[in-house]
Amino acid sequence: MSAEAMPAATSRADLRGRLQDWLPRLVLSPSVAAMLVFVYGFIAYTIYLSFTGSKMLPSYDWVGFDNYRRLFGLSAWTTALVNLGIFASLYILISVAIGLMLAIFLDQKIRAEGGLRAIYLYPMALSFIVTGTAWKWLLDPGIGIENTMHLWGWESFRFDWIKDRDMAIYTLVIAAVWQSSGFVMAMFLAGLRGIDNEILKAAQIDGASNLSLYRRIVIPMLRPAFLSAFVILAHLAIKSYDLVIALTGGGPGRATELPATFMYSYTFTRNQMGVGAASAVIMLMGVASVIVPYIYAEMRQGDDR
Amino acid sequence: MSVATQSTAVRTGRAGRALIVTVLIFFALFYLLPLGVMVINSLKPLPEITGGNMMALPQEPTLEPWRSAWSTAQIGVQATGLKPYFLNSILMVVPAVAISTMLGALNGYVLTKWRFPGHRWVFGLLLFSCFIPFQIVLIPMARLLGLMGLAGSLPGLILVHVVYGIGFSTLYFRNYYAAFPTELVRAAMIDGAGFFRIFWRIMLPVSGPIAVVCIIWQFTNIWNDFLFGVSFAGLDAMPMTVALNNLVQSSTGVREYNVHFAAAILAALPTLIVYIVAGRYFVRGLMAGSVKG
Amino acid sequence: MRVLNRLMMSAAVAVASAGAASAAEVEVLHWWTAGGEAAALNVLKQDLEGQGITWRDMPVAGGGGEAAMTALRARVTAGDAPTAVQVLGFDLLDWTEQGDVLANLDEVATAGNWDAVIPAALQRFSKPGDHWVAAPVNVHSTNWVWANKAVLDELGIAQPTTWDEFIAALQKAKDAGKVALAHGGQPWQEATIFDSAVLASGGPEFYQKSMIDLDPEALGSDQMVAAFDKMEQLRGFVDDNFSGRDWNLASAMVINGEAAFQIMGDWAKGEFLNAGKKPGTDFLCFRVPGTEGTVTFNSDQFMMFRQDDPEATKAQMAMAAAIESPEFQVAFNTVKGSVPARTDVPDTEFDDCGKKGMADLKAASEAGTLLGSMGHGHANPAAVKNAMYDVITAHFNGEYDSRQAAEELVNAVEGAQ
Repeated sequence: MSAEAMPAATSRADLRGRLQDWLPRLVLSPSVAAMLVFVYGFIAYTIYLSFTGSKMLPSYDWVGFDNYRRLFGLSAWTTALVNLGIFASLYILISVAIGLMLAIFLDQKIRAEGGLRAIYLYPMALSFIVTGTAWKWLLDPGIGIENTMHLWGWESFRFDWIKDRDMAIYTLVIAAVWQSSGFVMAMFLAGLRGIDNEILKAAQIDGASNLSLYRRIVIPMLRPAFLSAFVILAHLAIKSYDLVIALTGGGPGRATELPATFMYSYTFTRNQMGVGAASAVIMLMGVASVIVPYIYAEMRQGDDR
Repeated sequence: MSVATQSTAVRTGRAGRALIVTVLIFFALFYLLPLGVMVINSLKPLPEITGGNMMALPQEPTLEPWRSAWSTAQIGVQATGLKPYFLNSILMVVPAVAISTMLGALNGYVLTKWRFPGHRWVFGLLLFSCFIPFQIVLIPMARLLGLMGLAGSLPGLILVHVVYGIGFSTLYFRNYYAAFPTELVRAAMIDGAGFFRIFWRIMLPVSGPIAVVCIIWQFTNIWNDFLFGVSFAGLDAMPMTVALNNLVQSSTGVREYNVHFAAAILAALPTLIVYIVAGRYFVRGLMAGSVKG
Repeated sequence: MRVLNRLMMSAAVAVASAGAASAAEVEVLHWWTAGGEAAALNVLKQDLEGQGITWRDMPVAGGGGEAAMTALRARVTAGDAPTAVQVLGFDLLDWTEQGDVLANLDEVATAGNWDAVIPAALQRFSKPGDHWVAAPVNVHSTNWVWANKAVLDELGIAQPTTWDEFIAALQKAKDAGKVALAHGGQPWQEATIFDSAVLASGGPEFYQKSMIDLDPEALGSDQMVAAFDKMEQLRGFVDDNFSGRDWNLASAMVINGEAAFQIMGDWAKGEFLNAGKKPGTDFLCFRVPGTEGTVTFNSDQFMMFRQDDPEATKAQMAMAAAIESPEFQVAFNTVKGSVPARTDVPDTEFDDCGKKGMADLKAASEAGTLLGSMGHGHANPAAVKNAMYDVITAHFNGEYDSRQAAEELVNAVEGAQ
């Protein structure tokens, strides 16, 4: 069915009909206008700023690609990009894996499902401004998990990643996974509940084992849930800022700097707004390259129903 | 669409079940750990924290930190605790969530049932806005708010939250409405129902599940926001997160960790309650809409 | 794009007519947001309220004022600048460069004789051109050592007077199984120690040349290598869990006898007093050995934005006068751990550490050895400071050896300018 043709089919040549034609667009227009100004206008502005010598406040002297040259001369920026790569891929992968596992397990007629679900889900309700100190304590070997294990008699237990420049980025992954894997679980649980049980029963009668049942039938049917989870997690990974500030402050040294913290510090605390804007542009380009294919798929989706 | 409480038909053996339950409990403990640390330490007097094991249970439990965090802790020059900021946050979050959800519903409705040439591009444009890092919008946004006369005011802050909430709310509703039979809308149109009439009478009544998802999502994001609150709220609209940060992050002052933890839990209480109370509807809503094609 | 651009252009200009506060009230942006220091500021509020001036409080904490500076930029860009803003050192100078946006406090300054009683090193910031634009509230100094007296007595350590004695004392504490030096691995804490390391290695002239004048030769000199060597020495006395630790927790380690020494600014005193400890009997405060006679300072100032409304200007002037009144200087600084920004305030209300701090300040100011702290943004601009932080922290964490660090420091400073 061609949806485009729909309003036209019912429109009459009178005023009311014409209004009806325009109404949908009219309703949509404030949102579109807001997006054009507050998102795309600001992006254009940031791109412009990245070519200026702005320091503390925006200024308008054109400096060409200077800021980009400086940006890529900074080792901290390379570290930030590599960190985002490590962080985002591990974070998305582990969150999806844990979320899927918990959803499948929780789907096995567990008696306390309601309570468990609430426990898994609650971290998503809290920002790292709230849980930051608690996480810092837990991860600190002197007072947190390591110390507790020692007190309980497990003397050789080691968990000092947050103090280790090569490992600290992984502690960020742990905390981030803690926050959102429950949310992913809920998405998969919803997907599982939407699968028709008759299909599963039929497959079981055909003698499929549980493992192959999930691998061959259930997981492929969860495709939409995978996509949604990916978008939500990618969006959270890119915007991860509070997490870094609360847990490591970018340290030890600058080992856990991410593009979002880098951009903020150059724009606002180091008074090098031009370099900050350049880093924002690079970051947006990275985001676009990952997200645009998804958006394109999403745009086409559901057209022909 | 089946019922949310319906579990899988897969059968598992006794050993498998024991394994499953063990794993589930292990993860439940993992998820509870940080909150546990916060609750335990919020009940201790300060010397017990600085002098003792931070993971130990309180020796002399006290509610004093909670009282202090809520009503007497020094935040700025006023010793008011978090109490007054709670209202600020409510005044900000309720209109911001209501408006962005409503706009999302209308947008989703237009983009699925009143399509026009280029509707896909419009959707694409809206969707990309979900991914803009908020740090880059601060300065231009401040300038625009200033020009609109909304700087440092509650309406200005609400506007910002609405603008950056539209992307996700539109995504949720659009996917949900896409699954809704267009024939019903068409039939209503033939009966002479107009754009808004169909929205009110046909679309809204079935939107419950996705509205829950959208509201939870927006509520949590807006309530937890710090960056916009600190930059655009001004004096009289300062939200809870900014007050919490003021209490906790003071750089050269003495740190009362027990009060900090109590304050953190207080600041998070509304979102916690929303998640716990609405949790079951949440899965149902996700099931009905956003994760299905 | 072009239109938007023009809108933004006018941003910096719009600041000039920014004053949003209306009659007889002051809007104050600051980061003294919690506990005792916030209560201390309340003294100023009450003083002004006694004069019929309303205080509108805008506290923003985080990162030693970084969040407040971000909020300030948003406010100014929106054309809604507050009356007074707490700022540190070079941020103040950066704002004066933004055109004619700040208030002129000359009248109040003349009436209060600020030119004579406020140290010249502070005036560099509060009076960047010919006019006073900010009122200094306090002076903190960063080259202090805090020590647990009981631990020192128990180990038979006398208060060290030279760098080598200090190292020997640290070694003794370490051998006795204590954490010799309590330290938190955050860039600003390492930079705080670095202030003293530079001083101890080359004295005040070298500090001036390298940290303030940013002379590349001094930055890459052997003396700088020696300063980094001193950092390495100190690094050897820090426990394994130092990274990311808040400075208060490091102070707590000294307070409860887990550690012997901490190098930290005088705000640390509040932690000791709060724990019921007495200066001289429970804990010792002394200048970092090898830096005696010199004071590296940072000063909190209230920078004032120009107001349009004459009533608002009047309230602003009253606020400036109240800040420099001896009563407020005493009331605030006894709580804050810092010393008064004017040198003619009697020291009777202060404890021993405070008295020593005031005497040191006066002597250093007269001798010309009152130097801005690099670690706290009073020696060079934010971009340079942060570039230095990067090198200092990287070196402290073992990424560079001392020679490399000195070379990197030259590059980093050059790159940031």
